[in-house]
Amino acid sequence: MTLAELRQSLDTGDADPAAVLDDCYRRIGEVEERVKAFITLTKEQAYEAAGAAAERIKSDRSSLLTGIPVAVKDNMCTLDIPTTCASRILKSFVPPYESTVTSRLKAEGCCMVGKTNMDEFAMGSSTENSGFYATANPWDLTCVPGGSSGGSAAAVAANECIAALGSDTGGSIRQPASFCGVVGLKPTYGRVSRYGLVAFASSLDQIGPVTKTVMDAAIMLSFIAGHDPSDSTSAPMEVPDYASQLGQGLKSLRIGIPKEYFIEGMDPDVDRAVRSAIDVLVSLGARAVDVSLPHTRVAIAAYYLIATSEASSNLARYDGVKYGFRAEGKDLIDTYRETRAQGFGPEVKRRIMLGTYALSAGYYDAYYRKAQQVRTLIKDDFQKAFGDVDVIVTPTSPSPAFGLGEKVTDPLTMYLSDIFTISVNLAGVPAISVPCGFTATGLPVGLQIIGRHFDEGTVLRTAHAYERSTDWHLRRPPL
Amino acid sequence: MNYEAVIGLEVHAQMLTETKIFCGCSTAFGSEPNTQTCPVCIGMPGVLPVLNRKALEFTIRTGLATNCRIAPHSRFARKNYFYPDLPKGYQISQYELPICEGGFLEIIVDDAVKRVGITRIHMEEDAGKNIHEGRGDHSFVDLNRAGVPLMEIVSEPDMRSPKEAVAYMKKLRTILLYLGVCDGNMEQGSLRCDANVSVRPEGQREFGIKTELKNINSFRFVERALEYEIKRQIGLLREGGKVVQETRLWDSAAAITQSMRSKEEAHDYRYFPEPDLVPIAAGEQWVEEIGSSLPELPDAKRKRFITDYGLPEHDADLLTSERAVADWFEAAVAAGGQAKAVSNWMMGDLMRYLNEEGRSISECPLKPSQLAVMLRLIDDGTISGKLAKTVFDEMCRTGKDADVIVKEQGLVQISDKDAIESVVDETLARNPKEVGRYRAGEEKLLGFFVGQVMKQTKGKANPQILNDLLKRKLSG
Repeated sequence: MTLAELRQSLDTGDADPAAVLDDCYRRIGEVEERVKAFITLTKEQAYEAAGAAAERIKSDRSSLLTGIPVAVKDNMCTLDIPTTCASRILKSFVPPYESTVTSRLKAEGCCMVGKTNMDEFAMGSSTENSGFYATANPWDLTCVPGGSSGGSAAAVAANECIAALGSDTGGSIRQPASFCGVVGLKPTYGRVSRYGLVAFASSLDQIGPVTKTVMDAAIMLSFIAGHDPSDSTSAPMEVPDYASQLGQGLKSLRIGIPKEYFIEGMDPDVDRAVRSAIDVLVSLGARAVDVSLPHTRVAIAAYYLIATSEASSNLARYDGVKYGFRAEGKDLIDTYRETRAQGFGPEVKRRIMLGTYALSAGYYDAYYRKAQQVRTLIKDDFQKAFGDVDVIVTPTSPSPAFGLGEKVTDPLTMYLSDIFTISVNLAGVPAISVPCGFTATGLPVGLQIIGRHFDEGTVLRTAHAYERSTDWHLRRPPL
Repeated sequence: MNYEAVIGLEVHAQMLTETKIFCGCSTAFGSEPNTQTCPVCIGMPGVLPVLNRKALEFTIRTGLATNCRIAPHSRFARKNYFYPDLPKGYQISQYELPICEGGFLEIIVDDAVKRVGITRIHMEEDAGKNIHEGRGDHSFVDLNRAGVPLMEIVSEPDMRSPKEAVAYMKKLRTILLYLGVCDGNMEQGSLRCDANVSVRPEGQREFGIKTELKNINSFRFVERALEYEIKRQIGLLREGGKVVQETRLWDSAAAITQSMRSKEEAHDYRYFPEPDLVPIAAGEQWVEEIGSSLPELPDAKRKRFITDYGLPEHDADLLTSERAVADWFEAAVAAGGQAKAVSNWMMGDLMRYLNEEGRSISECPLKPSQLAVMLRLIDDGTISGKLAKTVFDEMCRTGKDADVIVKEQGLVQISDKDAIESVVDETLARNPKEVGRYRAGEEKLLGFFVGQVMKQTKGKANPQILNDLLKRKLSG
């Protein structure tokens, strides 16, 4: 069931929030052992929220989200509920505060069913970097769900919740959404407050919804978006009513097809699916225009310098002094060293080292500063392209979900799976991934639609029009 | 060969904002450890800083008061290093694009005015405090101070002697106090100073190798630490040795500086722009508003005191060294006190009293108008200058007005010539031997007779009349 459908059942009284939760947890009971989408289940709090939601619905004070079971990626702080970032170093951490997004969902009467698995500190593309266990792709349990929001995408795909929140630093919402055959939206940088989101790379991180339909994504976004005085980087801009604008059609919409995104070595099934998706959009009235994003090839290099630099600093606070895991050492330096050696996993350490190096005296200009200059060029690429087109359409990932364990030992190949999503974060523009087909082996393929800064409306409208004339989103994994 | 010292100072000033620079916690000093903290200032995961606009305003005020350019675009940076009192593992500071640049202030040393350049003023957050004493083998961390707003004021290497460095520090402190942006308390650490110092042969243009001195937290230590370090460096060079670039710690007990870490051991702070805060755009109009709200600054006030009140330079210097003192002076003059008389009483009895009591002028029980009333009583001859000292002490002690004290204690001066004359006659009659000696030329005995009469009249005899009478009678 989608969020919009469930809303109707709840409002008409065909369903009540507690019974909806029963279904949710029954489903979790059936599949979770195989999918492992969650780190923590928050049953008690969920039923409490369901009780309050029932009251609200009864007294006609419900909003679109009242009584809706959602899952939240475990890097968003939740008051009195463990928030681990899938890291040993935060395994025991229970925040005494609530992130802005979750408090907004709470205020609407959402029922949070649990916190989802992820790559440790959101660093990864497969959720295999979780400090606890890997999550499986509901479409093929031997495959990864993508990452780093793999738990959120798998939970939605496996119908363990109605919708979920993920975070996206270089593709971490869109790539797993694409791998799991669900909808994933990364809003414009600054559209959604980051307060309470455990930082990976502050200038790139953005929270967004993972849902079953574009309509559901539009609904979720309208509630989590908007200025937050606790986040200086959140934009003081009005939030449109996205859902009501979805049906406006694609007449005279110009869609850009960047030649740099249809590369050699791309999976032929993905290539085929995306090209026919473009045909569908054209048949709906859109006009396809060739565009160029010439700096795409240096995006990954720039991204891995900027993201790791910021991460090396953001993760310095995990020193064993104040909270979380501590390994007692013989002196201060030894305590730092042991805490971080035992608390962080290998990918996190790799990125801390990369970032520390890139910021070091004598290397800063060659790496960090150069990467920022490249970032400006990438932004300019998009700005130029958006002079000619309204949205840009690309594959979300060059390949479908890969096998568990297949790329763990090869970080560079792993980094390449984000090649189509990373530029979007560097430019700060919004983008969505919607299901656009399946490979011969039955794995989902995602279509990425990129929009102008703060123009989530057009992105959602395009995705919605596409979704309505296809039925990929209606297929369910054979669990 | 003669050597010349080159000194530059880095001063950290805690700002007098009510709340911390990036969160709403109180900045009050002296509370129980870790009671003035929140997830933001203790660096919990996922929290974000939000700039306290007051801290920005205070820094701009200071920049304008020290003739700096205010950058239209400025930004914060992260300074990365590990230390238990630094909860995030980085300090939010400014690096490239500080808010204020290119200013100066003027100092007066040996009657000459000298301009000292100010390279930059930037904002940053303070760290917490590690507590090692009295807790067994464990150390503890108090984060109350973490996130208290600081200004770092960096001077050009324009000072040539410890005396100039002290004058600069004092002038800077005075300005900060005038602006109300810092309480200037060096003991509590709200004003801290590091010094960069080098020496070079007189006449040489290039700078010598410098050392950085830390922990010099009083004016006296600034002077003594610099004197020591300059002597040490010159000594090294004279013996054919070399100064090593390093950070040295001032040990005030031993009165020496000691090597803390060498250049090779210096931290690489890996500064980079703080991505959690948007660039600061201090609008021209706002900066103008701040500029027009600046109080009269010490230099201007000093000049005005000399021209408007006819005060000597020395008086004007002392009275304008603190804004509250200057305000007190002007209030007393406005209440009718004669300027020089007010100045004399303030620099003498009032300062002595405040020093003895360990109070600041703002805590003074004596009101400026009360001093003016007392001065009027002296002027109209009701009390003598000598009696006034008693009245002054009483006013400070009781807070009562001078005329009330005079009435209550019967301190009115005896100006009745006949009354004084009878006491004089009596005194002379009682001391024939002394009268004889005086008349034989021992004129310093006049003081003895004055003392005797004053004793009899409980100090109330008008001294002028008494003097005249005594001289006349003794010579006759």
